[in-house]
Amino acid sequence: MDITRKLQILADAAKYDASCASSGAARKDSRGSTGVGSTGGAGICHSYTPDGRCVSLLKVLMTNACLYDCHYCINRRSSNVTRARFTPEEIVRLTLDFYKRNYIEGLFLSSGIIQSADHTMELVIEVARKLREEHHFRGYIHLKTIPEASPSLIALAGRYADRISINVELPSQQSLNTLAPEKNLARTEEAMGHIREKIDERYAEKRRPDAPKPPPFATGQSTQMLVGADASTDAVLLNCADKLYTNHRLRRVYYSAFSPIPEPSSILPLKAPPLIREHRLYQADWLLRFYDFKVEEITSPAAPNLDLALDPKLAWALRNRETFPVDVNKAPREMLLRIPGLGVRNVERIVRARRYTRLRLADLIRLRLQMKKLLPFIMTADHHPAKLGLDSDSLRARFLPPPEQLELSFAAPPAPAPSDFLSVRSGEL
Amino acid sequence: MRTICIEPQYEAWRAAARQLLARAVAPEDLLWSDEPKEALLFSGENSAAKVHKGEAIKVPLAFLDMARSAATHSDGRRWALLYRTLWRLTLGGEKHLLSMATDRDVRQIQDWCKAVGRDLHKMHAFVRFRLVSVNEETGREQFVAWFEPDHRIVRLAVPFFEKRFAGMDWSILTPYECAHWDGKQLHFTAGVPRSSAPDEDALDDLWRTYYRSIFNPARLKISAMQSEMPKKYWKNLPEAPLIATLIAESAGRVQGMMDTEERPAKPAPNNAYLKSLHDMNQ
Ligand code: SF4
Repeated sequence: MDITRKLQILADAAKYDASCASSGAARKDSRGSTGVGSTGGAGICHSYTPDGRCVSLLKVLMTNACLYDCHYCINRRSSNVTRARFTPEEIVRLTLDFYKRNYIEGLFLSSGIIQSADHTMELVIEVARKLREEHHFRGYIHLKTIPEASPSLIALAGRYADRISINVELPSQQSLNTLAPEKNLARTEEAMGHIREKIDERYAEKRRPDAPKPPPFATGQSTQMLVGADASTDAVLLNCADKLYTNHRLRRVYYSAFSPIPEPSSILPLKAPPLIREHRLYQADWLLRFYDFKVEEITSPAAPNLDLALDPKLAWALRNRETFPVDVNKAPREMLLRIPGLGVRNVERIVRARRYTRLRLADLIRLRLQMKKLLPFIMTADHHPAKLGLDSDSLRARFLPPPEQLELSFAAPPAPAPSDFLSVRSGEL
Repeated sequence: MRTICIEPQYEAWRAAARQLLARAVAPEDLLWSDEPKEALLFSGENSAAKVHKGEAIKVPLAFLDMARSAATHSDGRRWALLYRTLWRLTLGGEKHLLSMATDRDVRQIQDWCKAVGRDLHKMHAFVRFRLVSVNEETGREQFVAWFEPDHRIVRLAVPFFEKRFAGMDWSILTPYECAHWDGKQLHFTAGVPRSSAPDEDALDDLWRTYYRSIFNPARLKISAMQSEMPKKYWKNLPEAPLIATLIAESAGRVQGMMDTEERPAKPAPNNAYLKSLHDMNQ
């Protein structure tokens, strides 16, 4: 099989993994070496495909042959997809050739599981080792790891990689038992705990000025959860994410709405998760990480799923309208962060500017804030709206998007296409 | 009123601004021009001697960063506005000016910086190197890229490439300035027309194969793609010619998946590792 055909199969097999970011690596570069590569700072998207996704890394599988039978995945052993396998040299060549043309930031390498977890991990690690040691490659490397692999191999992977990740996939063991019978949530979390210890060690040793330089280790770990494959509510997903952020200090949790795969499984019943649900989960995740929200504030036992029509911060404000209006000239930063339509950056701008001036509406307009959204929730030197309250339904109605356009801008995604609402499934590693 | 003519570069503006400020020339008494035809600043004067000695002009570091970036913007008003802001920060007594994101001048400069920052980011992302030869003596591969930035950002952009591509020789050509790296030194030459750069690379086909395969037709979001990768960049991207076809085919591909008959689960193969997993999950 020629390299073009392999690339076709093994990129296609890897595309359902959403965790493609290349940010947050330690600073390193190729100066003074014969190699290429640099990392540190924000990652770069070198292209975008028509699905709106960033192309940042060469994202491929070592092989798409797999012993496991995860029913949402195109590579599961029950699928009839054509199988292929790269040699380590082939991936090394592709990575370097693509990198030198500035197509990519580095490599995202994963694999179907062959023979055993350890055997597979060894193959994946060998690619990273060659890149780092034989070719002095200093670009970004993200390695997918297998929770069942021995801790020494996971540690080795972390030495070569900038990021390592293990996908949780589904937030409960019950769902895994049906849809991914080989996977185990407790083992995944245990492995994440080990990785966290390693990452922490690296930072701790780095802080001691006299200590010898610690062996390099990945600067972060991330994971992915599938949305809409099982009956889990948004509350379950967010609680799981929150637990992972707290217990294992993950950099990112990715939410991946199902999408259809060419080899559907009879075990996985058809569902219809609109892409907007994935979008709302990302917004809620953002609130947890950067806005000091608690999961209980975003979802409740009575309403365990996010409102698809409103972004979760606005929905919170409408449920807590006695809190508003907030005086932008006086309110503490935490309160400013709760105002719908006001992001972290603009909160900082307001806090700085108000030390020297009493803010008026014109000032906020100059910051190009979304005034229409903001006005009912804020007070300025020249604006004192009535207490929000009584007229609850009309206030909500005011913020509802027109029925055909359910998507509210976050990273300004377009309205979902009709195909988003089709019954869909997804594949994932 | 007097006209100050400078080279369109931050260093030239800074040198001029320093002298003007030392003489307390008010911003409203000045016109700025970066048309190279006109006479140079203070020509005929021994400028260095006239600068007030003693008091150094102190401005926040953040202002220098902003000025360096805004100076590369294509807007002709930038020199005057930068000088006015410098004036306000110093002689004008508005030390806290930069904290006022609500101020018109600050806002304008920040907008320029943002546009320049975006241009830089896109240059780092969308430059495509093409292999042209291998240096016979050094064995180093030699690459050439073509890019058309909106602003005069080549010098701001190259440190990134220098760090990242130290191990290869490269040139980045643009219409107004070119940068070259030979493993030891960076140097700059005048701009060239697009025809000076190669159009293709032998790897482009393999890259297009990757681009086609990594696209998920079930999640079409065309406007999200276009807002990050506007059409003006497409002409230099080898993958861009595929976009129209990928979009056109996507509905059919999704339908094909929906119509596919579902596959039953196959029994587990006889593998010791797999058995041990199943046992553990019992
Ligand atoms: S998700 Fe991973 S382990 Fe499961 S079938 Fe797919 S490739 Fe194999």
